Amino acid sequence: MARQIFAFIRHKDGVVDDSAYEFITAANKISSGALSVAVVTGCGAQLDSVCNEIKSSFSSVWKIDNEALSYPNAEIIRPVLTKMLPGDAIVLFGHDTLGMDLAPGLSIKMDSPFISDVIDFENIEGSELRLIRQEFSGQVCTHVSCDISSGAIINVRPGSFLPDESKSAGGEVIDKSAEAGNLSSKRRFLEIIEAEMGDIDITKSEILVSVGRGIEDEDNIEIAKELAEAIGADVSCSRPIVDAKWMEKGRQVGTSGKTVSPKVYIALGISGSFQHLGGLKGNPFIVAINKNPRAPIFQVADVGVVDDLLDFVPELTETIRKS
Amino acid sequence: MEILVCIKMVPDTAENEIEPNSDGTDIERDDLVYSVNEWDNYAVEEAIQIRDNIGGSVTVVTAGDENSEEILRREMAMGADKGILLSDEAFLNSDGKGIATILRAEIEKGKYDLILTGAQADDGAAQVGGMLAAMLDIPYASLVSSIEIIDDTRIKVGREIEGGNREMNEIDLPCVLSIQTGINEPRYVGIRGIRKVASLDIPVHNASELNISPDTVGEAGSMVKKIDYFVPEPGEGAEILEGSNEEIIEKLVDLLKSNGGIK
Ligand SMILES: Cc1cc2nc3c(=O)[nH]c(=O)nc-3n(C[C@H](O)[C@H](O)[C@H](O)COP(=O)(O)OP(=O)(O)OC[C@H]3O[C@@H](n4cnc5c(N)ncnc54)[C@H](O)[C@@H]3O)c2cc1C
Ligand SMILES: Nc1ncnc2c1ncn2[C@@H]1O[C@H](COP(=O)(O)O)[C@@H](O)[C@H]1O
Repeated sequence: MARQIFAFIRHKDGVVDDSAYEFITAANKISSGALSVAVVTGCGAQLDSVCNEIKSSFSSVWKIDNEALSYPNAEIIRPVLTKMLPGDAIVLFGHDTLGMDLAPGLSIKMDSPFISDVIDFENIEGSELRLIRQEFSGQVCTHVSCDISSGAIINVRPGSFLPDESKSAGGEVIDKSAEAGNLSSKRRFLEIIEAEMGDIDITKSEILVSVGRGIEDEDNIEIAKELAEAIGADVSCSRPIVDAKWMEKGRQVGTSGKTVSPKVYIALGISGSFQHLGGLKGNPFIVAINKNPRAPIFQVADVGVVDDLLDFVPELTETIRKS
Repeated sequence: MEILVCIKMVPDTAENEIEPNSDGTDIERDDLVYSVNEWDNYAVEEAIQIRDNIGGSVTVVTAGDENSEEILRREMAMGADKGILLSDEAFLNSDGKGIATILRAEIEKGKYDLILTGAQADDGAAQVGGMLAAMLDIPYASLVSSIEIIDDTRIKVGREIEGGNREMNEIDLPCVLSIQTGINEPRYVGIRGIRKVASLDIPVHNASELNISPDTVGEAGSMVKKIDYFVPEPGEGAEILEGSNEEIIEKLVDLLKSNGGIK
């Protein structure tokens, strides 16, 4: 019998997250021809429209409808999944803020191994699944093997698998709501507080000079500002710069910051973590200046300069000013 | 409030370039500078601030070899009251579940209201906190960016979600929280601070003291195993500009101009 692989679908305001279609590719890489089952929790009409949208992409769709699931609270979803999934299930989540919240604990409750932040699957030999992960923000990769005979809980990195939008599975929606069981929780969702808008809106900028931890010191930010001024750019940054309170949150590019789509993006001392790059859309022309020739940013940049930015950038600015 | 913070010693990526060793069995560890995992440092600062506000104690714990004592001392110099080292040959090469199993054994010997971990460590797994909570059967919240104590039994917790929005939750104690960077500004620790705690005793607990059966942890207990380390394929990669500084700058300025990067 073909292997069953479950995929947990994220959605918001009735819109299906891109990860749903990436899971199909991922599932086929784990086991070609696997039957993929979408698991969708939520409530009401929005849940129905999500299920209908994805049903032609999966072998079947489990719909779990309950008022208590209207907001995706990991502490409520986990026991529901523990109760409903077969003990040896292979289950895919996105390595995002919900997947990180939900999946590690689920692996304990299911007594299955947990594999985090997978970027590629290689093959299965017997009961050993081989896959690829990264460590140290992408500076090195590892091959990992995992015994999946008792199932596995797997978080896959958003954007690592090409979305499969062929909609060629023709599945049906199965209403599993009655099996959900107890839906109370010791963690109660209260509200969402929206991020504050900053002094400028970097999502509208055409050129961004973006500062990372490689800037080393708050005073050095001036170097980036001067370059930005010389070329008519706005200044943005990576997360550690905001954490250090050197710039405001509104200027942070990345999954937990802003999604920007400039024409040109100049990354100064940014390593290129997936959470940072996740905020860069629209295929900009990327220039990376970094002193480490192996920084992952060079894999996505169009042009790279391997140098100390504190020396290089002032010279660059000076030349541009003169011309 | 009795608070436990789990911390890990990791190679400091701000200080080192990480690369595989010659046979790919590990990263090259000669000359690495180690420090406290960045996220854990925020967790310890948060714990100290809570204790200073409402009283109680902060314990820092790590599973590691004798060198890890150094990070326990560093966090005690920050203000943690107590450090515990969990160390045993049998713990070597534990996967995330193994580490959570070891930490759980220590936690069950004490009585903690709040257990903090970092959101993730060097390999970016972001797993130990969630596993620990599930093993202890207490609630969990990840990526925590604010904590407000309501009373002895409940706290209000903000989780940072996509777009930097904050998801507010009320959680019953005891619970496990994984802390996101930026929640506070960790205090600076100077040499003098470290010297002050240099002679404090740090108990070491091994597998038998923790009643851990060796086959549930370490290499033996891992279902997830690293086979090798390698450098990612360069893929298409950037065109790396070469030549003298003037030549590089000239080429870069041309490229910027032709791509609309100079207004
Ligand atoms: C849930 C979650 C959400 C996250 N969201 C975001 C997000 O929205 N945005 C974001 O940016 N990050 C985010 N992160 C953090 C992310 O994982 C990385 O830690 C972060 O992006 C690293 O920032 P960086 O590249 O500036 O720093 P580092 O990774 O420390 O890189 C610094 C780089 O500068 C180089 N360098 C150092 N000195 C110099 C010099 N003098 N000259 C030239 N180069 C130099 C180094 O070689 C290195 O490549 C998130 C993490 C988590 C867990
Ligand atoms: N060996 C360890 N000892 C103590 N705590 C650890 C250890 N490994 C991981 N942790 C904790 O778990 C968090 C997440 O790590 P990880 O799941 O490995 O990404 C870290 O920030 C620490 O708080």
